[in-house]
Amino acid sequence: MKKRFGSQIFISLILLIMYAPILILAVYSFTDSTNIGAIRNFSLDNYVTLFTTPELADMIGGSLLLALGSSVLATIFGTVGAIGFFYSKKRTQSVFSAINQIPVVNADVVTGFSICILLVIVFGMSKDTYLPLIIGHTVLSAPFVYLSVIPKLKQMDPSLYEAALDLGAKPGYALWKVVLPQIASGIVSGFALAVTLSLDDYFIATYTKPATFDTISTYVVNATKGSQTEIKTALWALSTIIFVLVLLFAIIMNLLSNREVKEEAGERLA
Amino acid sequence: MKMVFSRKQLGIPYALFLILFVVAPLFVIIYYAFTNGSGQFTISNLTDFFTNPNTLGTLCYSFVLAFTTTCVCLLIAYPVAYILARSEWKAKSIILMIFITPMWINFTLRITALKEILTLFEKNLAYFPFLNSVIGMSYDFLPFMILPLYTTLTKLDQSLIEASCDLGAGPVQSFLRVTLPLSTPGIISGVSMVFLPAMTNYVVLDMLYNSTYIMGSLIGSYFSAYDWNNGSMIALVLLAIICIFTFFGNNADEDSQARGGAML
Amino acid sequence: MAERLGNIIELKHITKTYTDNGFTAVSDFNLEVGRGEFVTFLGPSGCGKTTTLRMIAGFEMPTEGEILLNGQDITKIPANKRPINTVFQRYALFPHMNIYDNIAFGLKLKKLPKDEIRRKVNHVLDMVDLEGFENRRVATLSGGQQQRIAIARALVNEPEILLLDEPLGALDLKMRKEMQLELKNMHQQLGITFIYVTHDQEEALVMSDKIVVMSEGRTQQIGTPEDIYNEPKNAFVADFIGESNIFKGIMTGDKKVRFCGGEFECVDDVPEGTLIDAVVRPEDVILTPPEQGVVEGVVTSVIFKGIHYEITVESGKYEMVIQSTKAAVVGDKVGMQLETDGIHIMIAEDHTTCFETTINSELNLDFNDETIRCDLTKVIPGSVIKDGELFDDDGEKIDLDKIRIMVSIQPEDIQMSDDLEAGLVTGKIINLIYKGDHYSYVVRTEHGHDLIVDDEYLWNMHDQVSLIMPEDKMKFALKK
Repeated sequence: MKKRFGSQIFISLILLIMYAPILILAVYSFTDSTNIGAIRNFSLDNYVTLFTTPELADMIGGSLLLALGSSVLATIFGTVGAIGFFYSKKRTQSVFSAINQIPVVNADVVTGFSICILLVIVFGMSKDTYLPLIIGHTVLSAPFVYLSVIPKLKQMDPSLYEAALDLGAKPGYALWKVVLPQIASGIVSGFALAVTLSLDDYFIATYTKPATFDTISTYVVNATKGSQTEIKTALWALSTIIFVLVLLFAIIMNLLSNREVKEEAGERLA
Repeated sequence: MKMVFSRKQLGIPYALFLILFVVAPLFVIIYYAFTNGSGQFTISNLTDFFTNPNTLGTLCYSFVLAFTTTCVCLLIAYPVAYILARSEWKAKSIILMIFITPMWINFTLRITALKEILTLFEKNLAYFPFLNSVIGMSYDFLPFMILPLYTTLTKLDQSLIEASCDLGAGPVQSFLRVTLPLSTPGIISGVSMVFLPAMTNYVVLDMLYNSTYIMGSLIGSYFSAYDWNNGSMIALVLLAIICIFTFFGNNADEDSQARGGAML
Repeated sequence: MAERLGNIIELKHITKTYTDNGFTAVSDFNLEVGRGEFVTFLGPSGCGKTTTLRMIAGFEMPTEGEILLNGQDITKIPANKRPINTVFQRYALFPHMNIYDNIAFGLKLKKLPKDEIRRKVNHVLDMVDLEGFENRRVATLSGGQQQRIAIARALVNEPEILLLDEPLGALDLKMRKEMQLELKNMHQQLGITFIYVTHDQEEALVMSDKIVVMSEGRTQQIGTPEDIYNEPKNAFVADFIGESNIFKGIMTGDKKVRFCGGEFECVDDVPEGTLIDAVVRPEDVILTPPEQGVVEGVVTSVIFKGIHYEITVESGKYEMVIQSTKAAVVGDKVGMQLETDGIHIMIAEDHTTCFETTINSELNLDFNDETIRCDLTKVIPGSVIKDGELFDDDGEKIDLDKIRIMVSIQPEDIQMSDDLEAGLVTGKIINLIYKGDHYSYVVRTEHGHDLIVDDEYLWNMHDQVSLIMPEDKMKFALKK
């Protein structure tokens, strides 16, 4: 009993340390204070600034657009590639799985730097075309989509595809109607992962982005170096909003997975 | 002749993508690392790196920082993962979710929050560069250490611990002789997710007003100086470190997979 | 022999209730095991046999009761300090150690000298016929070999008791048979006590000195294999051990019993008029020409089983399964005779369902918000209803909150339905036994009560059913 109590205290303490900065910042985002620790009045100015400053709105909108665009590309490449390699010869599959692993284990600095050198210095591509940035983020995310789809293919009953062909389906139709639904959950989680990776990235963006464009990460890093307190505190508001969104998302995911478990249990009972 | 569709062909676009954007950049890096500004072959970039006390010092400092960060993460994450994996709390999965949720929040925003708190305690962040680096990176990477540890520890067959107890081992001996060795795959994968970023993620240091240099900062500064050749050499050194890590990690992993097979 | 050496382990009133879900896995379990005995816990999954074994090993603490080892209370001693070793169901060999280190694990903890450890490990490896396997990895061994290593790892510590938790469950049939004999030999050679858990009745009959048949966390019968097979104590044991026909019947005279539409001589001396369950083993039924049998029937199926035919005969509403070396033809009329010692009589238990109800304002009964109509004036002698109020024979108003009505109903009067809204209570079928002309079910209600329900139709185990209790079949009584 004593031991269990100790564990609870430990877990709570670590959680407190992990969340204290975000939560304290969230509280201060609703004041007119420019420094943590000062006691000031309630104010929504930070949120007003966040939504009315064109520079901030561009940065948020641009980051989201980039995340969605590169994630769609990464999901298509990763999924189709996973299906292709899964049905290829063992050797081909293991070679490309190994290559797929490179961006996963590689440091983001190295990935960003090397892509920049290849595309901009060697191929002479202009960063202002946004192409290096989009390609960079696709390279960052596609391997993770691949990694979340492959296990679903392995779990799938291999005779499903053959059964579809046996019943007269063309290969394309069988893949679309039989294989794809089976691996859908892997594709969805791969896409979600791609979006988070893109939104979290700093290094690839900083080496490949046009000078006039900023993602959330590059903007925040520049803002911390700058001295514009108005922008600084508006970012507190942004941090709070993202925190709440992520929290909501986590709760919804948890409820959904709980319901799935319950439904399964219910089916077993019936 | 009509082309016959085969599922294998679906791999072609992604294969091209990987070759063009993953393999080719690596070769470009190697090419630049061994040439000088005018495109002639040279090994001076390599010799410079290993003779210059600044770059060598940065390499050592990065190792020390990464090692310390990894240890701190491991020391916090292992008990957390162990307690969660072994507990019978109903809210276990929710608590785990709370632990890994920060992974989904942009790290620069999280570090901003941390910076404000640290400033409150330290007044001037520049006085404690190493401490702040370790705190910042541990804060950033902790969830990446908890998740793989939790996964291996929940998979751990409870009857193995019972067996060791049955054969006369007390709780401490059971942990040291059975639980800890069997959780090495989780430790390795957690370490590999923390160690390398800790050597390269210089933005965390920058944001904490830190003027110390790590390997990542070197690439950044060469890049700003348009020195692709020396930048590529740093990237190559990092790649070599990654290769060594992956090699040892894979070996341990295969070993543990062979062991895992026995449990089925 | 066991008696002379005394009991090595005694379990006294052991009860195990899990705190998190309130589930009682074992209740009031009592057992004495003699030194050197081979005892088997036998029962279907979830009967509490493994839980009991785990309490002996020390992995779980009983909620109540005590465990004595050589007369000493060991209930609170942790597993690592008990001279008892376990062979785990899925072996639980340490995957990160080779065979030698696995076996030496316990000896190293005892800090024995290196050469002695080596000698002992070699000895047990020799005993399980796996010499030379010291440096092999666990994963490279077959299931049967892993099994032997698991046994060797336990035996090397020279335990006073060896616990085996379904150790042969993962092996194929041929391997299982071999290991059964090998384990029995090992037991005889070593002379230590074996406590064995299995759900395989044949395995239990072959190997044990003593069998403990368990169901629903309770001991159903303890006895030698012969006792358990020939003299099952109740319908559960009879049904679980071997094939059997079970019929409801009544004693009609001195050692005379009537069931299955005929009257038979038997050897059990039970008073006339007693309601009984009669158990007839399929091999004890003699097929005769129709006119010579005590009962007559029609063959409905014949299945060739290798050494015998399994013949099903329908006689009126009853069904009898017979094992015979001679074939029969489906559709033929046959007679059936039973040898007197082939009939085993068990006094039938009372399976009446009783529950308590309150009286609602409309003067009907209320059970968990379900209304049961009932004429209270017939239940409470001399009472009358005036203006919607109830008065007793002295004309005084009865306080409805103070009285309770007991409702009882017979198993055969309860109907089952899969429309979960249809009945008074819902529950899950947790046991079923075929009794010649109907099935006898145990239904566990949502409130955790076990009810016996007879139904002529076959339902599946774990079916969720609603129990319909017709009001005209209910008996009401005032609870004092």
